[in-house]
Amino acid sequence: MARYLLTRAWQSALTLLLSTIVVFFGVRALPGDPALALAGEDRSPEALEAIRRHYGLDQPLPVQFAQYVERMVQGDFGVSIRTGTPVSSMLTTALPVTVELSVLAILLATALGVGAGVLAAVRRGRPAEWVANGMALIGLSVPHFWLGLLAILYLSVATGLFPASGFVPILEDPVDNLHHIVLPAVILGTGLAAIIMRQTRSAMLDSLSSDYVRTAKAKGLRPRAVITQHALRNSLIVVVTVVGLQLGGLISGAVVTEQIFGLPGFGKMTIDAVFQRDYPVIQAVVLLTATAYIVINFLVDLLYSVIDPRIRVTGDPA
Amino acid sequence: MTVLTVPMAETGAASITRRTRVLRRLRRNPLAVVSFVVLALAAAIALLSPWIAPYSVDQTDFARTFAPPGTPGHLLGTDDLGRDVLSRIMLGARASLQVGLLAVATSLVIGVPLGLAAGYFRAWDAVISRFTDLLLAFPFLIMAVGLAAIRGASLGNAAVAIGIAQIPGVIRVVRSDTLRLKSLDFVAAAVVDGASDLWVLARHILPNATSVILVQATVAIPAAILGEAVLSFLGLGIQPPSPSLGTMLATAQQFAARAPWAAVLPGVVIMGLALAFNVFGDALRDALDPKGDRR
Amino acid sequence: MTTAERAGAAATVATPVLAVRDLSVSFPTETGNVSAVDGVSLDLAPGEIVGMVGESGCGKSVTAMSIAGLLPGSARISGSVRLNGTELVGTREAALRRVRGKEIAYIFQEPMTSLNPVLTVGRQIGEVLQVHERMSRRAARARAVELLTLVGIPSAAKRVDNYPHQLSGGMRQRVMIAMAVACGPKVLVADEPTTALDVTVQAGILQVLRDLRDRLGTSILVITHDLGVIADIADRVVVMYAGRVVERAAVTDLFAHPYHRYTAGLLSASPTPGRHAGTDRLQEIPGLVPVLSVQPDVCTFADRCPAADGRCRESAPPLEVVAAGSTDHLAACWHPCPSPRSDVEEAHR
Repeated sequence: MARYLLTRAWQSALTLLLSTIVVFFGVRALPGDPALALAGEDRSPEALEAIRRHYGLDQPLPVQFAQYVERMVQGDFGVSIRTGTPVSSMLTTALPVTVELSVLAILLATALGVGAGVLAAVRRGRPAEWVANGMALIGLSVPHFWLGLLAILYLSVATGLFPASGFVPILEDPVDNLHHIVLPAVILGTGLAAIIMRQTRSAMLDSLSSDYVRTAKAKGLRPRAVITQHALRNSLIVVVTVVGLQLGGLISGAVVTEQIFGLPGFGKMTIDAVFQRDYPVIQAVVLLTATAYIVINFLVDLLYSVIDPRIRVTGDPA
Repeated sequence: MTVLTVPMAETGAASITRRTRVLRRLRRNPLAVVSFVVLALAAAIALLSPWIAPYSVDQTDFARTFAPPGTPGHLLGTDDLGRDVLSRIMLGARASLQVGLLAVATSLVIGVPLGLAAGYFRAWDAVISRFTDLLLAFPFLIMAVGLAAIRGASLGNAAVAIGIAQIPGVIRVVRSDTLRLKSLDFVAAAVVDGASDLWVLARHILPNATSVILVQATVAIPAAILGEAVLSFLGLGIQPPSPSLGTMLATAQQFAARAPWAAVLPGVVIMGLALAFNVFGDALRDALDPKGDRR
Repeated sequence: MTTAERAGAAATVATPVLAVRDLSVSFPTETGNVSAVDGVSLDLAPGEIVGMVGESGCGKSVTAMSIAGLLPGSARISGSVRLNGTELVGTREAALRRVRGKEIAYIFQEPMTSLNPVLTVGRQIGEVLQVHERMSRRAARARAVELLTLVGIPSAAKRVDNYPHQLSGGMRQRVMIAMAVACGPKVLVADEPTTALDVTVQAGILQVLRDLRDRLGTSILVITHDLGVIADIADRVVVMYAGRVVERAAVTDLFAHPYHRYTAGLLSASPTPGRHAGTDRLQEIPGLVPVLSVQPDVCTFADRCPAADGRCRESAPPLEVVAAGSTDHLAACWHPCPSPRSDVEEAHR
C-alpha cells in the first residue's frame, strides 16, 4: 500500500515537474518578448529593464526556472497584459464558475452514464440495451457546443425557460445561480455521460461473464444482489477511472460551453487570453489545467486502493 | 528453423480465415453496412465537392443574404454574405474529413512506434508512460490553443494539435496489445530462435496488432472531427473564408436572431459524420472480437 | 470403508436425491446449433459420490450447470432433473434461486477467479447464510468462521477477514467448499475441483469432500477428466463422450473391466497403480472430441475407435447392461471389450 502510493506520488510529482518545464519553455517559445508581455501598460525601456531584473529575465535559464517555480508556488502568476489586474485575482473569480459547472456536469453524467451502462449490460440483447447504446453513440457523436447552441435558440430564446447567458454567483442568489448553470451543465454532461456509459457497460459485461458472478448465481443470490454486490463492485475501478479522467479534462473541456453560455469562467478567460495574446494568463491557465489533471488523477489512484483490496494490501494492482 | 516456420505458417493461415470471418460478420451487421455506405457516400462527396458543388464557396450575393432553405437555386439557403449553404456544407464536410484523417495519421505515426516500444522493452515503458501522462495533462484544447498561439490557426495546425492529443490513446492500446502478443508462444518461439527485436516487432507483433490499431483509428476520426468543429467554432481552427462546419455554426450563433435555421444543418452533418464513424467502429470492434458474441 | 464396500452400500439405496433423465442441452451459435448434451441420465443416491469423467468438451460441465439451471438463457434444455422428486427443468427462476446454494451447491475449477476479489472470504461465505437462512451479518460471520474450521483452514478467525488473493490456491478451494456447504446442501456439484491445484493440495481437497459426505451425508457429483480423482473418491462413475453417457458402473467394476472402447482408451491413457511403467505404455486416443450440431444416430466415437465397423456408423448403440453378473454396469457400445484390459491394449497396438 505505502509503496504503491509512494510510487504514484512520485510519478505525479515528476509529471507535474515536467509540465512546469514544458510550460516554462513553451511560453518562451511564444512570439514576443516576455518582458513586454509582463509589462502591461507601461512599456518604457526603463520599465522593461526593471521587469527583466525583477523577474530575473537577465539570469541564466536554470536560475530563471527556479525563480519561476518559486513565484508559481507563491501564487504569483504575474499581471494580465490587457486588464492590468493580477492573474491570481482573475483566477479567483473565474475558477468557482468552472468548478461549479464541472462538478454539476460530472454528477449528472455519472448518474446517467453509470445507470445506463449497468442497464445496457444487464438487459443485454433486449430493447433497453439498444436504446441505451443508441443514446450513447449519439451522445458521443453530437458536437455538444452545437447542442448548447440549439438549446439557447429553441429553449432559452424561444420559451424563456432558461436565461440564454450570464452568471450569478452562488453566494448572491443560489436559486438564480442554479437557474443559470443547469442548462450548461446538462449540455456539458451529455457527452460525458456517453463516455461513462460505454465504459461502464463494457466493464459490467466483463464482470457479468466472470467466474465469481457465476459463483454468486450458484449461491442463489437475487439478480439485484449479483449485479450490485458482485458485478458493479468489480466494475467500480473502471468507473472511477473514467469519471476521474473526465473531471481532470473538464477544467479545459468546459471552455466551449462557457463560451456559448457566456459564463465568466476559466474557459472564457482562456479563450479571451488567447485572442488577446495575454501570455501571463495563458501560462497560468495551462499550468493550472495540467496541475488539476495530475492532482485529480492522483486522487483517483488513492481511490483505487480503497476500492480494490489487492492494491490496498499488497501494493500491486492485479 | 522449424520452430519459427511452423507457428508462422499457422498464424498466416489463421489470419486469412479470420479476415474472411470478420468481413462476413460485418456484412451481416445491418448497422455496419449502413454506416459504411454513409461513409462511402460522404467520402465520394468530399472528394468530388470542388466539382459537384453548385456554387463556388466564395461566391457572394449580397442581394440574397439569409435565404431560407428551399429557395430556388439555393437548396439549403444562403448565409450572411449570400453564399450557398449547400456548397459550403459540402466543402466543410470535406475539411472535416481531411482533419480527421490527418489527425489520426499524426497520432498513429507517433503513437504506434511508442506503443510498441513501451510494450516490448521494459526499460522504455516508464519513460513513455511519463510522456503519455504529460500529454494527457494538457488536454487537446490547451494544446491546440498553444499551437495556434505559436504557429497561427489553420486546418493543418488544428489537425496536428488534435493528433498530438490523441497520441496517448494510441500508445495505450498498442502497448497493451504488444504486452499480450509478447507473451504468446509464437513470439516466444521467434525470440528463442534468435530473431532480432526489430524483426519480432515488425513481423510478428505489428501485423497482429493491426486490428486494435484499426479500431482505435476508427473511433479517433470522429473525435478529431468534433475537435475540428470546436476549434473552428472558437476561431482557432480553419480560418474564414475557408469553409468549415465549425465556423458556419459560429456565424449562425452570431446571426441567430435573423436566421435560426442556419445553426441546424452544419451540426447535423457533423453529427452524422461522427455517428457513422462511431457506429462503424463499434461494428468493426465486435467483428474482430474473437469471443464474437459481444455487440 | 473400502471402495468396494462403498459401491455396495450405494447400490442398496433405492430413492435417489437427484435424478437426471434424458437431459439434452444445445446452444444456438453464430455458426449454427451446437449440441452439448444428448440424453444424459444419472442418479445420485444420498451420501453417494458419483464421478463424471470425459475429455474436455464432452458435455460434463454443461450437464453440471444445467442441474440447477445455471446455463445462460440462450441454452435449449429438455429432459428432467428431479431433486427429491421435485422437477427443476423449466421451474421459475425465483424457485430455482431457493434451491441454488441451499439444496444444490457448486464448487468450481478456478478458486482464484471463482471468488470475488474485492470481498472478504467471510463476507462471501456469510452471504449464502444471509440469503437462505436469513441470518444477520454478525451471525453469518460467526458461522463462516466455523465453516472455515470445518474445511480445515487453520486460524479461521483471522482468515475470515482475508481477501481471496491473500490465500493459497488450496485454501481458496477450501473457502469455496465452505461456501458451498454453508446451508448443508443435499447435493454438491464439484466441477473439476482439483484441476487447478498442485497434486499435493489435491489430495487434501478430496479428503475434505470425503469428510463432508461422511459427516453431513451430502451427495456429491464430481466432474473431472482425471481418472485418478475418480479412483480416489467416487463410488460410481459415469463416462461421457460427445454429450452422451457411454458407460456407467461402480468404480471398481469400471476399472476392473471397462466395456466401452472409449473408457478403455481413457484408462490406457492414464497411469494407474499396479501397472508396470516398463511394460505397459500409456496409450493416446487418436483424434479429438467432435463438435456436433445435431446428434446423429450413430456411434460418435466410431471415427476414433479401433473396433468400429459399419454397424457403428449406421445406428447409435443404446446404453445397456453389459454383463449378466452386474446389473449396475451399463455401456453403449456395439463391440464392447471382450475381457480384461490386457486385450484392449492388444487391440490398440
